[in-house]
Amino acid sequence: MSDTSIQQSIVQRGSRAEEVSTQRPSRFSPRWRNEAVGVGFVLPLLIVYVLFLLWPIVLGLRMSFFNWSLVGSGSGNFLGLANYQEALSDPNFWGALGNTLIFTVMSTPILVILSLFLAILVNRVRHVRWLFRIAFFAPYILPVSVMALIWSWLYEPGFGLLDGTFAQLGLPSVNWLTDTHVAMLSIVIATVWWTLGFDFVLYLAGLQQIPHEMYEAASLDGAGAWAKVWHITIPLLQRSTILIIILQVIASLQVFGQMYLLTGGGPNFTTRSVVEYIYDTGFTDFRVGYASAMSYLVFIVILVISVGQFWILSRQGRND
Amino acid sequence: MATQSITSATSATTAQHRPHPNRLVGSAATYIILAVLAILWVIPLLWALDTALKHESETTLVPISWFAPSGFTLNAFIETLSSSDLPRWYFNSLLTSAVITILTVLFASLAGFAFSRIPFRSKGFFFWLILAGIMVPGQILIVPLFTMMQSLGMVNTYWGIILPQLASPVAMFIFKQYFDGIPQELEDAAVMDGASRLRIYWQIWMPLAKPAIAAVAIFTFVWSWNNFIWPFLVITGTNMMTVPVGLATVQTSYGIRYAQIMATAILGGLPLLIIFIFFQRQIVQGFVGTGLKG
Repeated sequence: MSDTSIQQSIVQRGSRAEEVSTQRPSRFSPRWRNEAVGVGFVLPLLIVYVLFLLWPIVLGLRMSFFNWSLVGSGSGNFLGLANYQEALSDPNFWGALGNTLIFTVMSTPILVILSLFLAILVNRVRHVRWLFRIAFFAPYILPVSVMALIWSWLYEPGFGLLDGTFAQLGLPSVNWLTDTHVAMLSIVIATVWWTLGFDFVLYLAGLQQIPHEMYEAASLDGAGAWAKVWHITIPLLQRSTILIIILQVIASLQVFGQMYLLTGGGPNFTTRSVVEYIYDTGFTDFRVGYASAMSYLVFIVILVISVGQFWILSRQGRND
Repeated sequence: MATQSITSATSATTAQHRPHPNRLVGSAATYIILAVLAILWVIPLLWALDTALKHESETTLVPISWFAPSGFTLNAFIETLSSSDLPRWYFNSLLTSAVITILTVLFASLAGFAFSRIPFRSKGFFFWLILAGIMVPGQILIVPLFTMMQSLGMVNTYWGIILPQLASPVAMFIFKQYFDGIPQELEDAAVMDGASRLRIYWQIWMPLAKPAIAAVAIFTFVWSWNNFIWPFLVITGTNMMTVPVGLATVQTSYGIRYAQIMATAILGGLPLLIIFIFFQRQIVQGFVGTGLKG
């Protein structure tokens, strides 16, 4: 892959695929035979794709119009748009959506700036680069539950590493996961530790694409290191930055595991994300019809962002 | 700022000899800042290891300490491996992740091959149809997917874990792109010999696609091994749990046994950490190339 921005190449390659098919019509076999062979090769993927991706989308839409329950009655009676109306006037839904947005707004800038900073530094060093890459990327490879076990232990009141260190420094004790003003911050800190490595390697890949001549030319013009970072590195990493922000926003809007495991959505639902609320509604209250309607509302938000992402990146591709 | 302390005096002449010349000579400050942050980043892991190596009774001493008064021990690890469900969870994770990886590589490479190398008219339609799946956020499908699995009787089964994780548009795209980049000559000779498409795919293109196979296999394996929300929903019995799901139950079932909880967490993350250290480059590139899935 020549670039970190996969979508852009998707857009470019997509149009090429059609060229290839018109340029090389097979003379050895009739057209219908190619058609059958081609579809045959695509079929295994197509079947799992239709069954486990497309069909749930359709089924979810259908469920969202019914008073569908996970237990007993099944589909229940047809409600039309009532589930959607309920969601839009449900303070718990808005609360969970708000928490999710707060999480997104708190974590995204830290992740983007810190990973850019680290990538620029690591890109400069000549020795033990691999060691830094392991240190910053290793947490990303861990399952969310490992991360949650480690961080609940770090955040443990009294004898956890954080509270214990605070006590030794004479600082007041903090209820990291049970104070309504601190819990979200604690989750953001744990999430930054866990996922920073991903943004970091995306930036590192982006940095390696910048031609060295640009820096040489700037050096000849007498630009200092800071000026080069500010006027060359950061602008040329723009595409990586857009990609990282969008991926980060899409992932953050779907945040579930770390909140469910670290705080269970508490204290007082201040860290309950929208996916956790969907989960609670569908799998604790068994109201899967209503849960589907909320899923669809979130789906639409994410879809708009994704389409915006394709649009921005493909437009950039044309401008280059 | 560290960046300011890096001298711009680095001569262009030395830089020209290196493959990535924009790696300027790092100053001491760069190393120091990176070292501090790197230490900060590994402290949580080291503290977990430190706790796991302590005697259970000494994990909650105040003031806290990195040292254990009566020495370190492997008891917590031994106990976890001998008396917990972790070995079973390893098996479940290994089995499901391996099947998901093999089938994903197979399905995605077949489709990628067709989209890249077989001229058929409905190609454009199917290609874009599958590629559009990249935009579908997985967590949003959990409710209808679960209802589906329930009516198929696949709740709490391996297939229940595996099947919904097989449709990977990203993997298909990686294969298509890789096949697009291979010159055509090799295949033309085979076509003259009258070999079937399936033989051409299997005997000519797949051996050439080893780097793509490795990238897709590694990220699919890591991804499915780490997947939490779906196995968490579809699995109800302890003996069917994958490692991430099982670990999520540990905290409540062990109570306040921190050494053992940390030993479990470390053992739960260990297989992937080992894989990561051996395949560092491939894994990082795999994740970079498939950024969308993250």
